[in-house]
Amino acid sequence: MRVTTDRDRCVGSGQCAMQSPEVFDQDDDGLVVVLQEKPGAELLEDVHRAADLCPSQSIRVTG
Amino acid sequence: MTQSAEPADGTASPYPQFPMRRTCPFSEPGEYAGLRADEPVSRASLKVNGKPTWLVTRHEHVKQVLGDPRVSSNLKRPGYPHQFHISEEMLAHVRLMMLSMDPPDHTAQRRMLIPEFTARRTKEMRPRIQEIVDERIDAMLAAGGPVDLVQALALPVPSLTICELLGVPYGDHAQFEEWSAALMNHDLTPEEYGAAVQALDMYLDKLVTLKETEPGDDLISRFLEKNRTEQAADHVDVVTMARMMLVGGHETTANMIALGVLALLEHPEHMAELRSDDTLLPNAIEELLRVFSISDSGTARVAVEDIEVGGVTIRAGEGILALNNAADHDETVFADPGTLDFHRKEARSHLAFGYGIHQCMGANLARAELEIVYSTLLRRVPGLRLAVPAEELRYKDDAMVYGVYELPVTW
Repeated sequence: MRVTTDRDRCVGSGQCAMQSPEVFDQDDDGLVVVLQEKPGAELLEDVHRAADLCPSQSIRVTG
Repeated sequence: MTQSAEPADGTASPYPQFPMRRTCPFSEPGEYAGLRADEPVSRASLKVNGKPTWLVTRHEHVKQVLGDPRVSSNLKRPGYPHQFHISEEMLAHVRLMMLSMDPPDHTAQRRMLIPEFTARRTKEMRPRIQEIVDERIDAMLAAGGPVDLVQALALPVPSLTICELLGVPYGDHAQFEEWSAALMNHDLTPEEYGAAVQALDMYLDKLVTLKETEPGDDLISRFLEKNRTEQAADHVDVVTMARMMLVGGHETTANMIALGVLALLEHPEHMAELRSDDTLLPNAIEELLRVFSISDSGTARVAVEDIEVGGVTIRAGEGILALNNAADHDETVFADPGTLDFHRKEARSHLAFGYGIHQCMGANLARAELEIVYSTLLRRVPGLRLAVPAEELRYKDDAMVYGVYELPVTW
């Protein structure tokens, strides 16, 4: 699994950081930061949920 | 179906009227389930002016519309589905708040505000919110029951939290609260209401002017500081933004506080569950937000290009109401949607805060306020109960934001 984000689209809702804090955080500007680009399979469900909750569709999960 | 509207030109509209009433305060209007099943993208006519609009009722379609850059939030665009009466002349003079702006203006202002509402910043505000809640509950307990929980707790908590956020000087709190409470008081005459709005606007104007020269440790000051280089807003924009914070974070949170308490009082088994396991609280709040979806039609849009939703073509210039209460009762996403289930795994998928670039910025702050209010009430007022029969409560059926007018309680 590989996680990429589009910071230009990010609207800083923080949904990802709340849903999957091991993988996502917000920087000082409030925009998304990926903490682990290749999270383990045990985080798969949470990461997919975070992507689904993102209101600006800024998160992509591949692999 | 509801009766046809009578548009200004005298011809009867063939469409059902919007808004539709909730028959049960804990659910969606009865017509929504049928629309979702049979005609998920349907026509309706706005009760206020008889004009046609599209209603979108399925969860996937509501997300699709609100995530589509080809729809606009600009309420000045022809075809925008206004839900209150506003003349062309008044409309021309309206100053757009951020929630009515489109990119790039919206993006510039929102980016400057995002840092104020991150999960981390919200966490930092929690101790102060806890103090506010404790002070209000102290006052409530000292006064003795019965009290109206709306006036005693639900309204003052968001109001004082916004004071904190905007940097309203302590000496002005009482006055500020009086004006902001007036924005929610439906018993005022139009003149009294207008006077309160004007007084509040003048106050916010002065507050912004003060912070331009004497910045403090608050949202307005930080916004002004960033704006020196970004130049995304002028003075009036900043005043308008301050008003948006107040309006957006005030009545909504207050109504959710009161409705959530009511839901717990009406479901003692749920209340007992929360009391015995407070780790359930965050998901319980998502479920309460889902069930009530108090800002059902706050997601009004107008198409700027032709778009296809669920096999239906919505033409450029046509209004759309992407109904989040309907989406949040979509049985394909939330099984048995009318049941309040604090263990519901997908509760967070609700759209009560909207979706897309305009999703509520204050959502995390609202969540923190709700969590602190509910947990403190459960802990400090264990005997809390309604002081009147539930059937006597009056609900805000015709308001833009759903709620309960009074919630008399005792303990």
